[in-house]
Amino acid sequence: MSSTLLIQQIFNGFSLGSMYALIAIGYTMVYGVLRLINFAHGDIMMIGSYACLFALNFFAFPFIPAFGFAILICIALGISIDKIAYKPLRNSPRISLLITAIGVSFFLENLINVLFTSTPQPFNAPSILINPINLFDIRMSLLDLIIPTLTIIILIAVLLILYKSKYGIAIRALAFDISTVALMGIDANKIIAFVFALGSMLACIGGIFWACKYPQIDPNMGVLIGLKAFGAAVLGGIGSVGGAVLGGLIIGFCEVLIVAFVPDLAGFKDGFAFIFLVFVLLFKPTGIMGQDYERSRF
Amino acid sequence: MLMKNIFSIIILILAVLSIFAAQYCLSDYALRTFINISIFIILAVSYNLINGVTGQFSLEPNGFVAVGAYITALLLLDIEAKQDQFSLLDPHPFILSFHTDSFFIALLAGGFGALALSLILSFAVFRVRGDYLAIVTLGFGIIIKLIALNFAAFTNGVQGLNEIPKPNNFLYIVGIITIISVILILNIIYSKYGRAMKAVRDDEDAALAMGINTFRIKTLAFGTSAFLEGVAGGLLACYITSVTPEQFDFLFTFQLLIIIVLGGLGSTTGAIIGAILVIGGSEWLRFLDEPMSIFGYETKGLPGLRMLVFSIILILVMLFARRGIFGDKELSDIIFKRFKK
Repeated sequence: MSSTLLIQQIFNGFSLGSMYALIAIGYTMVYGVLRLINFAHGDIMMIGSYACLFALNFFAFPFIPAFGFAILICIALGISIDKIAYKPLRNSPRISLLITAIGVSFFLENLINVLFTSTPQPFNAPSILINPINLFDIRMSLLDLIIPTLTIIILIAVLLILYKSKYGIAIRALAFDISTVALMGIDANKIIAFVFALGSMLACIGGIFWACKYPQIDPNMGVLIGLKAFGAAVLGGIGSVGGAVLGGLIIGFCEVLIVAFVPDLAGFKDGFAFIFLVFVLLFKPTGIMGQDYERSRF
Repeated sequence: MLMKNIFSIIILILAVLSIFAAQYCLSDYALRTFINISIFIILAVSYNLINGVTGQFSLEPNGFVAVGAYITALLLLDIEAKQDQFSLLDPHPFILSFHTDSFFIALLAGGFGALALSLILSFAVFRVRGDYLAIVTLGFGIIIKLIALNFAAFTNGVQGLNEIPKPNNFLYIVGIITIISVILILNIIYSKYGRAMKAVRDDEDAALAMGINTFRIKTLAFGTSAFLEGVAGGLLACYITSVTPEQFDFLFTFQLLIIIVLGGLGSTTGAIIGAILVIGGSEWLRFLDEPMSIFGYETKGLPGLRMLVFSIILILVMLFARRGIFGDKELSDIIFKRFKK
C-alpha cells in the first residue's frame, strides 16, 4: 500500500466525515433540546440540495447566491416544520412526536417527488470546485479542501455560539431542564426555533456539499445519509456537539478506508456506521462523549 | 366475566365469517387487499407486543420479516427453480440441499429462523435502553437488508427470489394464522408475563426491584414478536410471490410503527384497526396517482401524490388524536367500561 494512496484516502475520509458531522450537529442539538429523533432532518438536507439546483437551473443564479438561497429556504423550512408539526406536540408522548417527524419526512420526500419526479437529477457544481488538482501526487479537488476547512470553521462558530453567546446559554439551559427555563425569563419556543434554524442551515450546507461531491440528487437521498448521521451523533454521544463531529469523522473515515482496503466489503458500506455503533454502545452505552442519556447536555 | 367470554366468542365468529364472506363476495383485487390487510394485522399485533406492551422501542421488524420471507421462499422453491433464478452468482450448494412442499413447515422454519436471530440479537440490543435501543435495532434492520443484498449466493442479491409457489387455499391459511396470532398475543398480554411486560414498560427499575427478570421478559416479548413477524414474512413472500431486499427497507418498519401508533400504542384492537386503516387507506388513495380530471381540467398522473396526501393525513391525525384511536384500551375495555387507568 503506497503512502500517497493512504493520504488520499485520509483526505476522502475527512471530507466525507465532515459532511456527516455537519448533518449530525443538527440531529444532536434537536435531540438535546427536545429529546426528538428528528427523522425529517435528512430530508431538509435533501431539500437544500434541490433548492440549490433549482436556483442554479431555473433562476440561473451563480453558485454562491444559489447556495445562500438554499440556506434561506432550509432555515424557513426548519422553523416552519417546528411551528406546524412539533410545537403543538410539546407536551405529548414522545412517540407521537416521533411519528409526526416520520410523517414530515414522508411529506418532504413526496413533495419533491411530485414536483421534480423521482428520477435522479444531475447536479452541476462549478467546475473550479470539482476539477481534480494534483498536490504532491495526491489527486484531489478544491472541494476536498474546502469541505473540511469550512466544517472546522463552522464547528468553531457553533461552539462559540453555544458557549459564549446568550443564545447558547439559553440552549444549554433548555437541554438541561426544559420546564424551568420559562421561570428564568427565557422564551423556550424562540430558542427551539433558533436551534431548528441553525441545524437546518448546517444540514443544507452538508447537502449542497454532498451534491457537489456525488453529483446526482434524488428525493430519497436524505434518508440513509440522515440515518447514518444520526448514527454518528449517537456514536459520539448524543447531545454533545463535539461528539457529533467526532462520530461523523469516525464513520466517514471507516467507510472510506474499509472500502479502499477491503473492496470485498464495499457492499456493506452503508452498514459500517451501524456495526461500529453497536460495538461502541456495547461497551459504552451512552456513546463516546455522552453523559447519562436522561440528562444529556451540550 | 361470562359476558366477556360471550363477547370474545362473538368476535371470533365474526372474524371467521368475514373470511368466508371475503372468499365469496369480494372481487379479486379486493380479495388481495383483504389478504394484505390480514398479514399486516399479524405484523401489527406482534410488533405492538414489543413496542407498545413492553415499551421497548425496537425498529427492526423489517429484519425479522425479511429473514422469515427468505427462509420460506428458499424452502418452497424447488431445486430447478433456484438454479434457474440465480443469475448473479451460482446458488450456494447449501440452499440447493433442501426443499419442502409443505407450506406449514416452510412458514414455521421462517418463524423459527427469525426467533433464533432475535434471541442472539437480544443480548446486544437489550444492553441499551430508550432511544439508543431504537438506533441499534434500526441499525440491525439495515444490516440484515445489506446481508440480503450482498450474499448473492444465498439470496440472489438485488433481483431476489421470484415465482414463489402459493397454496390454493391461501386466504384460509392467512385467515387462520391471523386469528391464531391475535389470540396468542392477547393470551400473552393477559397472562402474568403480560403484566410483567407492562411493568417493564411503565418503570423498568421498579420492575427489576420487584423481582421481575426484566431481561428475560424483554427477550420473551422480542422473541414472540420476531417469531410471528417471521411467519408473516413467509406469508408476505407468498402473497407477493417474490422477495427482494428493497421490500424490507426500514420504510417497512416505519409503516408498521405508523399502524400501531395510529391505532393506539399498547392496544391490540388499535393495532388491528390501524392495519385496516393504513393498508386499506393507502390502497384506497391509489386513485390519486392515476390521471384524473378536476372540474374538466385533465391532470396527468402524479406519482407520489398518494403518499403526499397520506403523509398529510398522518401528520393531522398525530396532531389531533395524540394517543392514537384506541389509546391503550382494548375494545372490550370500552364496551364493558372497565378502564385500566
